[in-house]
Amino acid sequence: MLHIRPVVPEIIVFAMACVILLADLFWKRRFKGLMYGLTQATLIAASVTAYGLRDPRARVVLHGMVVQDRLSTILQIAIFALTAIVLAYSRTYIVERGVFRSEFFVLALTGVVGMCVMVSAAHFLSLYLGLELLSLSLYALIALQRDSIPATEAAMKYFVLGALSSGLLLYGLSMLYGATGSLEITRVATALAALPRHDLVATLGLVFVLSGLAFKLGVVPFHMWVPDVYEGAPTAVTLYVGAAPKIAAFALFLRLLVEGLHGLSGAWQEMLVLLAFLSMAVGNIVAIAQTNLKRMLAYSAIAHMGFVLLGLLSARVSGYADALFYALVYAFMTLGAFGIIILLSRKGFEAERLEDLRGLYQRSPWYAWMMLLFMFSMAGVPPTIGFYAKFAVIEAAVSAGFYGLAVAAVLFSVIGAFYYLRIVKLMFFDAPVDAGPLRQGRDLRWLLSLNGIAMLLTTPWAGTLIAICRSAVRGLP
Amino acid sequence: MTSALALYTAIPLVCLAGSLIAGFFGRILGTVWTHRIVILGIAIAFALSAVYALPRTMAGHDLDATVYLWGRAGGLPLTVGFLIDPLTALMMVVVTFVSLMVHIYTIGYMRGDPGYQRFFSYIALFTFAMLMLVMANNFLQLFFGWEGVGLVSYLLIGFWYTRESAIFASLKAFLVNRLGDFGFILGIAAIYTVFHSLDYATVFAHVDAARHARLAIIGGTSWHMLTVICILLFIGAMGKSAQMPLHVWLPDSMEGPTPISALIHAATMVTAGIFMVARMSPLFEQSPVARSVVLVVGASTAFFMALLGMVQTDIKRVIAYSTLSQLGYMTVALGASAYAAAIFHLVTHAFFKALLFLAAGSVIIALHHEQDLRKMGGLRRYMPITFAATWVGSLALAGIPPFAGFFSKDAIIDAVSYSTLPGAEYAFAAVLAGVFVTAFYTFRMLFLAFYGEPRMDAHTRHNLHESPWVVTLPLVLLAIPSVLAGMVLIRPLLFGHFFRGALYVRAADNPLTRMASHYHGVLAFIGTAFVSAPLYLALAGIATAWYLYIYRPELPARITHHLHGFYTVLRAGYGFDAVYLDGIAASARAAGRFLWRVGDVQLIDGAIVNGTARLVGRIAAWGRRLQSGYIYHYAFAIILGLFVLMTFFLHRG
Amino acid sequence: MVSLSQYLILAAALFAIGVVGVFLNRKNLVVLLMAIELILLAVNLNFVAFSHFLWGMSGQVFVFFILTVAAAESAIGLAILIVLFRNRRTINVDDFDTLKG
Repeated sequence: MLHIRPVVPEIIVFAMACVILLADLFWKRRFKGLMYGLTQATLIAASVTAYGLRDPRARVVLHGMVVQDRLSTILQIAIFALTAIVLAYSRTYIVERGVFRSEFFVLALTGVVGMCVMVSAAHFLSLYLGLELLSLSLYALIALQRDSIPATEAAMKYFVLGALSSGLLLYGLSMLYGATGSLEITRVATALAALPRHDLVATLGLVFVLSGLAFKLGVVPFHMWVPDVYEGAPTAVTLYVGAAPKIAAFALFLRLLVEGLHGLSGAWQEMLVLLAFLSMAVGNIVAIAQTNLKRMLAYSAIAHMGFVLLGLLSARVSGYADALFYALVYAFMTLGAFGIIILLSRKGFEAERLEDLRGLYQRSPWYAWMMLLFMFSMAGVPPTIGFYAKFAVIEAAVSAGFYGLAVAAVLFSVIGAFYYLRIVKLMFFDAPVDAGPLRQGRDLRWLLSLNGIAMLLTTPWAGTLIAICRSAVRGLP
Repeated sequence: MTSALALYTAIPLVCLAGSLIAGFFGRILGTVWTHRIVILGIAIAFALSAVYALPRTMAGHDLDATVYLWGRAGGLPLTVGFLIDPLTALMMVVVTFVSLMVHIYTIGYMRGDPGYQRFFSYIALFTFAMLMLVMANNFLQLFFGWEGVGLVSYLLIGFWYTRESAIFASLKAFLVNRLGDFGFILGIAAIYTVFHSLDYATVFAHVDAARHARLAIIGGTSWHMLTVICILLFIGAMGKSAQMPLHVWLPDSMEGPTPISALIHAATMVTAGIFMVARMSPLFEQSPVARSVVLVVGASTAFFMALLGMVQTDIKRVIAYSTLSQLGYMTVALGASAYAAAIFHLVTHAFFKALLFLAAGSVIIALHHEQDLRKMGGLRRYMPITFAATWVGSLALAGIPPFAGFFSKDAIIDAVSYSTLPGAEYAFAAVLAGVFVTAFYTFRMLFLAFYGEPRMDAHTRHNLHESPWVVTLPLVLLAIPSVLAGMVLIRPLLFGHFFRGALYVRAADNPLTRMASHYHGVLAFIGTAFVSAPLYLALAGIATAWYLYIYRPELPARITHHLHGFYTVLRAGYGFDAVYLDGIAASARAAGRFLWRVGDVQLIDGAIVNGTARLVGRIAAWGRRLQSGYIYHYAFAIILGLFVLMTFFLHRG
Repeated sequence: MVSLSQYLILAAALFAIGVVGVFLNRKNLVVLLMAIELILLAVNLNFVAFSHFLWGMSGQVFVFFILTVAAAESAIGLAILIVLFRNRRTINVDDFDTLKG
């Protein structure tokens, strides 16, 4: 049976991407803000639709291509919301940089479609297509500022490495296909259960698949693209790359490793231990030596993904919920941190060095406090929500028996706290270097303040949020 | 969530909402709308408590339910939950009523203060925290409320943060309370070790099983675990309810604005310790040793703090020492197992002490923030309502029938006389002598302030007038229960079945059942007072005060001169402050400086911290070099990772 | 008759050549793009071989999609290559190291 109800949000977004592309041909000159408004309206409409079509039961539709369950609904809404916030944050920025063009919005929307397909993939084919749709959009987005040398270089690096990792992923998928005879994730899972414990082809497939996935999430040693892309891309695009795609990549882990390859969980648990440890170590330590804020946040992203893996590698439902919660919290933290960079930037000036934050407290106490909240949350200082998230994943690792890794996680988060707190020190205790006024749109200011306050005020409701995450992953093995 | 639970949840939340609105949007809303919104919230909370919670629990519908699971730490669920029984409901009514009065009064008292909205935000937040404390059904939430009221108290004592003395007082209150909290949190930890739960219901249900648990202490001796728990919890209560020797912060806390002194440092927060011990009555009943400690500490506080009240010259400090002394009375009642009498006195005291404070505040406003009794006098002609209110409050405090304080204080003295614990004789003597002293200092204050010749300067006297209605209305509204509460409440609270299971007393040593056999109604209770000592002691105290301060006003100076040594000791508050500040705090600072210079700067900072930082920095620099910028190096890292994973696997498989 | 394992070995060899091409090539970006194509072709060969020898058609259908996506990927890759060349006047892999550390 061909049910299209569950994919209506994707259809809406995709159709609107086409509409915007066409509309651009005719009305470009007359309505400057039209494309932006249409894009935001699309995202809002899509999230409302996704919420309206929610269904507590899991349903596989389109000939086993797509699954609709609570996980996909929640993640899709999160992706729509994150992207909408990203666009709101970057509006003024991209206007000033001359990339306020329909391509930006079209690519952002096609990327969103790709992510939506990824989080609801039930088949290797839909998974691959979603992933590529996202990746291709990202390559183009990064290179959108055509005259920028760092941006094009970053795009090239991301493209080559991304294509390589897609190749690894596909090679792994072909192995799994050979071992199990199916491309449908649930069937792969049942076929794997019948295989001997250490089937060579399946295990090799797992290694390749895991390498491909780890690249998309940006964990060590598949992380090298992250700092370069974060630094090279225009901040608006970095914001886009850093938020929703992480959620989508995390969803791939859940769909592929947990749902599909649960039979090999013993094997991937150990691999994830290695990756998580390396990510937390490299991310937190190398971040200390950075002088570029965007690059520092890139290493921080690597470290945070290590923490996400911490929840994932427990191979238990409660651990997946903790990891999901962490990934979502991280996405909002990173939005806020990059939002501050955008706030401080202006035409012809990128506030991306650590120096540019000096004395922010004297220039704008309110946003200094907001940045403090983001930094505290990233460092995991109570009572911010980041503390709760970190606590949850570390507890997941402990309850699964990975004591050594949990101790390492605590240790690295202490090391990590150093560079977050250094920013606080720069903001509050140093004299400002850049004295330019903060001129950004009202939407950015309000959303950013809301985002910052949320770091603090969601803590009392952390129990509810975790419960929602738990209900989302309830169906996983 | 049931509708009952939803309504109960709403009670603290409206207060919190009021606080947040006042705090975040106070500037936008302006002063008038801020206080309107906050007072509306508190009024709703009061109405719900009085019209819904109290009748419902009195009809026998208790509630013990979890509202929200915040998270889990190990096996320990961290929950928010409410236990609404008669004890809680009564406390809720008292807290919200006094709080409402204080809110209204604040409009007049804080008018024109630049921190007007901030003040409203704080006191609403205080009401929220206090409600969370009394409504808790588990120790964790109790602790949350406990720390919450402590925090707000700290903020409010230091409300006028430009005053040096206010900052010092707030710091002192904070530190002394930390000391008590330390005991309190150890007590909670001990409870968790013994009972593996922090829910009241679970803990109380397993008290019997834990009766024989013992805790080995160094030197081969061992203590009953329950005694240890009770004493630790009581140390917490000593901090919050300002019992000797942790009382030093309360007199200084008078640096805060007067409404705060009334709300926090007289009527509600300081009674948290009393409430907590009463709530834990099933634990305390198992430990005569702990109750004996409670009895002795309470009696000492009741008597010795009253003595200090006699020599104060600041009107607010007189009332502050009286508060200490009255808290001592409540503590004595707890020690004598008369929990109901303690709560009864808590309730009546909340009314008449808030009344006295607000009346004092009214005087202070009239005199342009002059608090020195020596510069007052003759105010009765200028401020009739305040004057009458002070009379009512003083009579209630001195324990003259039929005012509220008489009933509760007499009940406590009666209950102590039945106690057989070690130290009971001492306690009885102390509370009895305390009655005389209380009556004396109360009326000394009254006479000094309102009678005699005006001693303020001419300009101030010329402008003297009664305070506005927002100030006097709460006075009148508080005066009513200060007169009536004793008569109305004595039967249900002490001898009726109001508390049912909420307060547990072992039948064998329940002083209240013995007293009940002599109780034949309010009039008879008053009648018996005329043939017993306390009433005559109180009257003697009043007479002495009259003699010394109205009839022969030159006498006090001569007495002071003759008893110079005694007077100095009292003025110095027995030297507690001197010992704490110059002894303990000074030597701690010296030790701290030493450790900082040698231990911190050289050893820890020099070798460990900076050493580690340098090491991490070196690793970081090396890690940066790996990120060479060349695509082929990046690709190589990917392939290397792939191979590592692969060998790791194939090797293992 | 060519057996499945022979196909797989060929595919693995192609894959390895592609991978080596990515990280051994330090001169020409275009060669790099070709190496990526090679990797995808190896994958295609794998899919077709498995599909033919073991299981039904789905693997072969997958190959069509991979080919399509690969075409799109090359298009984008070349586009980036062109803007990069316009900015830097070079396509030497060694020259692209402004972002590092």
